[in-house]
Amino acid sequence: MVKKIFGQIYIWLILIIMYLPILILMAFSFTDAVYVGQWNGFTFDLYPRLFQNQEIMIALGNTLIIALVSALVSTLLGTTGAIGAFYSKKWFRKTIDSLTQIPIVNAEIVMALSLTILFVFMGQYIFQTQLFSFWTLLIGHVVLSLPFVYISVKPKLQQMDPSLYEAALDLGATPRTALRKVLLPEILPGVLSGFLLSITLSLDDFIISAFTRGTGLLNGEANIETLSTLIQATIKKRPVPPEMRALTTIIFLVVAVAVVLVSLYRFYQSKHKKSHAQERMGR
Amino acid sequence: MEDTNKIISISNVSKVYDGVTVVDDFNLDITKGEFVTFLGPSGCGKTTTLRMIAGFETPSEGKILLNGKDITKLPPYKRPVNTVFQRYALFPHLDVYDNVAFGLKLKKVPVTITKKNGKKVVKMKHLSSKTIDEKVARALKIVDLEELEDRDISTLSGGQQQRVAIARAIVNEPEILLLDEPLGALDLKMRKEMQLELKEMHNKLGITFIYVTHDQEEALTMSDTIVVMKAGQIQQVGTPKDIYNEPKNAYVANFIGESNIYNATMMGKKVVRFLNSNFACVDDFPINEKVDVVIRPEDVDLKRIARDKKIDDALKEKYKDKLIGVVDSKIFKGIHYEYVVLKGKNEIIVQDTKEFNVGDVVIINIAPDDIHIMAKELSTNTYPDAYIDKNNKLVISDCVFDCDITQLLAGSKLDEEGYLIGPDGKKYDLNDADVFAQINLGDIEILDHNPDEDENVGVIISIVYKGDHYQYLIRTKEEEDFVCDSDYAFNENDIVSINVKKENIKLTLKGNIQKYEIE
Repeated sequence: MVKKIFGQIYIWLILIIMYLPILILMAFSFTDAVYVGQWNGFTFDLYPRLFQNQEIMIALGNTLIIALVSALVSTLLGTTGAIGAFYSKKWFRKTIDSLTQIPIVNAEIVMALSLTILFVFMGQYIFQTQLFSFWTLLIGHVVLSLPFVYISVKPKLQQMDPSLYEAALDLGATPRTALRKVLLPEILPGVLSGFLLSITLSLDDFIISAFTRGTGLLNGEANIETLSTLIQATIKKRPVPPEMRALTTIIFLVVAVAVVLVSLYRFYQSKHKKSHAQERMGR
Repeated sequence: MEDTNKIISISNVSKVYDGVTVVDDFNLDITKGEFVTFLGPSGCGKTTTLRMIAGFETPSEGKILLNGKDITKLPPYKRPVNTVFQRYALFPHLDVYDNVAFGLKLKKVPVTITKKNGKKVVKMKHLSSKTIDEKVARALKIVDLEELEDRDISTLSGGQQQRVAIARAIVNEPEILLLDEPLGALDLKMRKEMQLELKEMHNKLGITFIYVTHDQEEALTMSDTIVVMKAGQIQQVGTPKDIYNEPKNAYVANFIGESNIYNATMMGKKVVRFLNSNFACVDDFPINEKVDVVIRPEDVDLKRIARDKKIDDALKEKYKDKLIGVVDSKIFKGIHYEYVVLKGKNEIIVQDTKEFNVGDVVIINIAPDDIHIMAKELSTNTYPDAYIDKNNKLVISDCVFDCDITQLLAGSKLDEEGYLIGPDGKKYDLNDADVFAQINLGDIEILDHNPDEDENVGVIISIVYKGDHYQYLIRTKEEEDFVCDSDYAFNENDIVSINVKKENIKLTLKGNIQKYEIE
């Protein structure tokens, strides 16, 4: 009994440590004090102010565009790569598998620095022009998330009956149709989680963004600011804009709602399957 | 004249993977409507051959013709051939209906359309959903799954999934249905049922079935034609009856069912010698040829002459022109008994409905047309009754050869006294140890006999010229035969010495080496 209570306390303690900061942040998004910790009384002011803050809105737009585009590109490349490797000879597949592992465990700073050097080098000696732009930033983010797409698609391929693709061909599907109608639906959960992972990675990336960004996107002639680079830039001069608290609260709520929806969907699905199984047993 | 009934013709097809030949010079014609089974153990190339017909593999060499058209390089989706896969390969994200309709939905058929200006144009169009509905319903009816259209694949039992897989293939009305061990994952009872159902389906649909299995019983039950394969090569093609009754070689005989197989020698016209006796037979082979003899257990007839008795001299004398043996074991198998009868050291497996008891002395009768004689591909001389003498020499009947007995125990060596010392220091005395000896044909050297020397001697009984060398059959006084390949010419009835280098004699110990251990 004591053991059980102790276990309960332990779990709640950990959950509190995890969620307390977010709860505090959410609470302080309803007061407009500039410095964190001051309570100026309850107000919704920060929320309309957030949407009027040009700087933050531009950074948010940039961040979302980059996250979406880079996630799409890495999902496309990672998925086709995983499929290609899966149907290749064993030694090739093993090599690709190991090569995609390295960027995952590698320090991000190493990747960021090497990309920067690559772009500088190519700009100076090959293209004879300054390369840093939206495109270098995009390449940086794709390189960052591509291996994660690969490792989320790979297990789905391994779980799949390898004859499915052949079965589709056998029934008259061209390789492309077989890919679209049979292979893709099978690995879709892996592809989706790879896509979501890419978005998350891109959204809160700072190091690679800071190193590889150039001018463009919503910043026009100026350097592209993402949310992370913007915060970093502002806290050097002044406190974090209080509107940020409202923004992070919104982001957290969006994510929380998404997670709840996914869980509900899964719950419904497993129940659905169970009822089918029972129906079968009843026969 | 081209045979118009021939649906598929496989000629000289080989498949090599990374230097390993999986299918070797495969030649086969299949008649329209036939039920053909590729039978063989795993790794014999039967599935690879099927995959080449389906189009999943391209032959390294050779051609595959379908209705006279070369389809060797045609991709699978362009072949009028459908496959039922070993683990069904049903699409898990689709329900039963969509699985079965998969092929139909992709199919396009030419439709003639009259345009406004009166011109007729042929267009390729998808099937209407009504046609698809009808076809799917019909296919599901054939496999007895009418009511399961909307079910998810994961909710089906193994047998039901199997049926969906068959429906999904036959709904496309293929010219050939390929089945890759389709019943392998089912339990025995289900398998038996499906065997009959498949056979019935074959009769109803009238299309050609090519079936792959390693189960000889399945092959015998269902097929019109069986193709027995081993190591990428066809061993025999024939009806189940042919294959069972007239196996072409010992491999086929052994694979297709339980049987007695003996080394034998032709002694005269339609006389064969095995089990130390001469038998009349119906197959005609050259005299002195080494052959394999197959006798099916149900073809051996037993007659009791004494109970619980050793074969004594009186019995031996009384039945001296008969083959007599002792019943050594008895198993009741439901419809018949299975006995092992010992004749000397040789075992004979017998199936009989009559009851005998262990220890009964019986006359063993084998009718001439139940003795199936098969040509032997000779590459080695094998001597199952050899032994080691006190000088560590190999004795084969009246011949004595130097041999290397350390090969009987890995890592062993001989000490000065001639005992075998194991890697763990244990000592073995191999005097009188029974061994199985093998000598390759090319490793026997024959020389003119020198009467002054103590040699292994034999007489040349027969000579066959094999193109670039001679093959001699040499028989010793004790009727032991040695077959040898030699470049040198000898004459029949020459007396020769038989020599084998000790490293060329392969020995296998019969029984455990532990029993030869000494202190």
